[in-house]
Amino acid sequence: MAQPLAYVSQAEIPPSPPPNQAVGAAAWIRNNLFSTPMNSLITITAMIFVAWAVPPLVNWLFFDAVWEGTNRDACLVPGGGHGAACWAFVKAKLGQFIYGRYPLDERWRVDLVFFLFAAGLIPLAIPKVPYKRANALFLLGIFPILTLVLLTGGDLDFSRTTNSILAAFLAGALLLSIATRSPAGLTGLSSLALKILLVGVALFILGIIASFIIPTPAIRMDLGSGPREFPLGSLALALASIAAVVLGVISTMRNASAGGWGMIGTVLTIPAAMLIAYAIVTIDFGLAHVETPLWGGLMLTMVIAVVGIVASLPLGILLALGRKSDLPVVKTLSIAFIEFWRGVPLITVLFMASVMLPLFLPAGVNFDKLMRALIGVALFSAAYMAEVIRGGLQAIPKGQYEGAAAMGLTYWPAMRLIILPQALRIVIPGIVNSFISLFKDTSLVLIIGLFDLLGIIQQNFSDPNWATPVTPATGFAFAAAIYWVFCFSMSRYSVFMERRLNTGHR
Amino acid sequence: MTADTGIVTHTPSETARLAGPTQPSALNDPKVRAIGYQLVLAIFVIAFGWWITGNVIENLRRANIASGFDFLSGRAGFEILFSLIPFSANESYGRAFFVGLLNTAYVSVIGIILATIIGFTVGIARLSPNFLLRSIATIYVEFFRNIPPLLQLLFWYKAVLALLPSPRAGFVLPGDIFLNNRGLILPKPVAEAGAGIVFAAAVLAIIAAIFVSRWATQRRVLTGATFPTVKVVLALLFGLPCLAFVIMGGPFTMDVPVLQGFNFRGGMVVAPEFMALLLGLSVYTGAFIAEIVRGGILAVSKGQTEAAGSLGLTRTQMLRLVIVPQAMRVIIPPLTNQYLNLTKNSSLAVAIGYPDLVAVFAGTVLNQTGQAIEVIAITMLVYLTMSLLTSALMNWFNLRMALVER
Repeated sequence: MAQPLAYVSQAEIPPSPPPNQAVGAAAWIRNNLFSTPMNSLITITAMIFVAWAVPPLVNWLFFDAVWEGTNRDACLVPGGGHGAACWAFVKAKLGQFIYGRYPLDERWRVDLVFFLFAAGLIPLAIPKVPYKRANALFLLGIFPILTLVLLTGGDLDFSRTTNSILAAFLAGALLLSIATRSPAGLTGLSSLALKILLVGVALFILGIIASFIIPTPAIRMDLGSGPREFPLGSLALALASIAAVVLGVISTMRNASAGGWGMIGTVLTIPAAMLIAYAIVTIDFGLAHVETPLWGGLMLTMVIAVVGIVASLPLGILLALGRKSDLPVVKTLSIAFIEFWRGVPLITVLFMASVMLPLFLPAGVNFDKLMRALIGVALFSAAYMAEVIRGGLQAIPKGQYEGAAAMGLTYWPAMRLIILPQALRIVIPGIVNSFISLFKDTSLVLIIGLFDLLGIIQQNFSDPNWATPVTPATGFAFAAAIYWVFCFSMSRYSVFMERRLNTGHR
Repeated sequence: MTADTGIVTHTPSETARLAGPTQPSALNDPKVRAIGYQLVLAIFVIAFGWWITGNVIENLRRANIASGFDFLSGRAGFEILFSLIPFSANESYGRAFFVGLLNTAYVSVIGIILATIIGFTVGIARLSPNFLLRSIATIYVEFFRNIPPLLQLLFWYKAVLALLPSPRAGFVLPGDIFLNNRGLILPKPVAEAGAGIVFAAAVLAIIAAIFVSRWATQRRVLTGATFPTVKVVLALLFGLPCLAFVIMGGPFTMDVPVLQGFNFRGGMVVAPEFMALLLGLSVYTGAFIAEIVRGGILAVSKGQTEAAGSLGLTRTQMLRLVIVPQAMRVIIPPLTNQYLNLTKNSSLAVAIGYPDLVAVFAGTVLNQTGQAIEVIAITMLVYLTMSLLTSALMNWFNLRMALVER
């Protein structure tokens, strides 16, 4: 038995090489490009197409392009006709393309805003970075106010009407937060008094608004400095504000005496934040004022897109909840709002904002052109945002709603603590996609005479210093490259988030 | 025994506690609250509307603008570059509105057809086993999808079509077609006596095709016998009008454009504005449709293809009878959405001067009359009607096509 069998190999046989046409570059080419006669035909046609299209394109864009020059002569072809891309034009105008006509000495403010935006957005976008809540607070709360101050120069003067409306909102927020955020035992108010207070808040805000709509009779009073007129509306506003402050003080004292300094924090956070924001935008920081007609270029594109998406988030959430509501009036109004804005093109919305909005406001009150466009864009994108968020709400399993109800949570706490955190998380890709379309749509503002990136590039075509046959093509190629980089990277991010969110338990 | 029956008995004092206070506060009744909240909201909205209306009336009074729709019958006093119905400066604003509306419809319909062709071709190409074709299709989609449509329109209009040479030096394409900075100039078929018969034959062919395909489907469902529907329908659609054409002795003549001086005489001209709008819209929307088509085809599970194969269907039958009908169910709703988007995007025409609804009505008419409220309201209403009708149609279609499960 020790004798090995003659027909059994003594050593391991080396593995045979793979079949000739199954691996390697040749096989890949064979399988992917020439597997059938039809496939070969397609390959050859496509190759001819590529050979026809790509080299001229690359030459036009890069190799034959004019990179240096101080005026149009650099880009003109001696015998007439049109040459290759005139990048010297873009180089000369780059500052305008990014900042519009923003004053040269003040451009650092725009850079700072860009930097703050990136510093807020990038950590928020990377899933692994912690402190998401603080980050979002910075980006959605603090950053917009800083941007407003930096870009306009701050030191805003509000008209009396604006001030009264802001005061009404502040007083309303104070009353509401006393009524809802501090436990009944600490407010020192019985629960019936709290309810009356809540109804009072609603009536109070309605009253303020009514006082602007229906001219209220004025009372003549003499306060020592001669007789003056006090409209009843303003008086009511003043009284209510005093009441709110008094209530605020009482509840603060009682909270403090009950040993709940933390309680004061929760009650006063929102009103205090509103006050601080108001103070910041009205304080003079010594920054030069820059009027919005001077804004332009990529900066304006970003401003419109970001304001549009940030403003549309809260409104979209409310509309989405309204559309899913059981209350028929709320539901009907939400559906009407959403379907109206979704049914019309953005251009008509912008026309409406620029032509009709001034008619809607009382005589004398007027927004500048950018503000009107922003309102139009925000309302328009809120409708789309509402549909995106509604998708998220519908994707939350019914058990979550029932679970929240079983915990004894009423509607708003259930939404705030259970439903919305989950729903908003799964619609992140949808929100990014909305942002992409909004970013592309901002180019339409050039039609109502704002100079966003595309608008300012187009405006520069008529500069006699640079007018050549290839100037438009070069300018558009540059704009296309910028838009493409932004939109493509965002869409990749959206795909990435979608994959990440999909790996869950569902 | 309570554990067995599941009935819990309470002592009288417990029952009283569980029942709670005998008179619950009305403020805590959800129904009362709901009515209260809605009342507040309704008052809010009505007050807001009241305020706006008041402001509008006040502002119009101040600016001395008479409101109402009387201006629609006023003399327009401007010419329109391109019109499907006869229009001159002496016509009314109302007619200008219809010119704009028709132009919007015209460019949208042609754009939709082109975008569908591009979208289906590219979408199928993205699934091709051929690497090169697949890559070209992917590059197309990713490139055009991520660039604003307005930029694309302006690019075609200002950077491509505006650079075309003058008519004298323009391109001559086969078939008496000329391309230059005046646009695309094509020979125009002119109908002569007997052309009506050819049109009648075409209509007849369409009706006959509908009947044949219905009959064939019915017969297949009832008896299982197949019928070469596609071939017969194609034969009908092409054959009948051709036959009529030949019998009537070719009742059409071609009006061939001829270069005279600095411009062309005769033929029909496709204006550069129209071409740019059409190119921009169909290329942009085509990229989106391609993604929808790809998604729809991928949504048909592989088992369906294998099952069709094991039933012995040929590749064409497999596509026509198994894959396409199931993919279409997924494709059609978002496809309609894209058609709607294309129609809404056609309002970008205002940027390049193609006289669509927005350019003519919300642009020129608004500037001349100053009737901002009426003009914008009418314009928005047109688009709104269009999209609400489409979504109603879509809901009906979804109900019909929804999978009926046991």
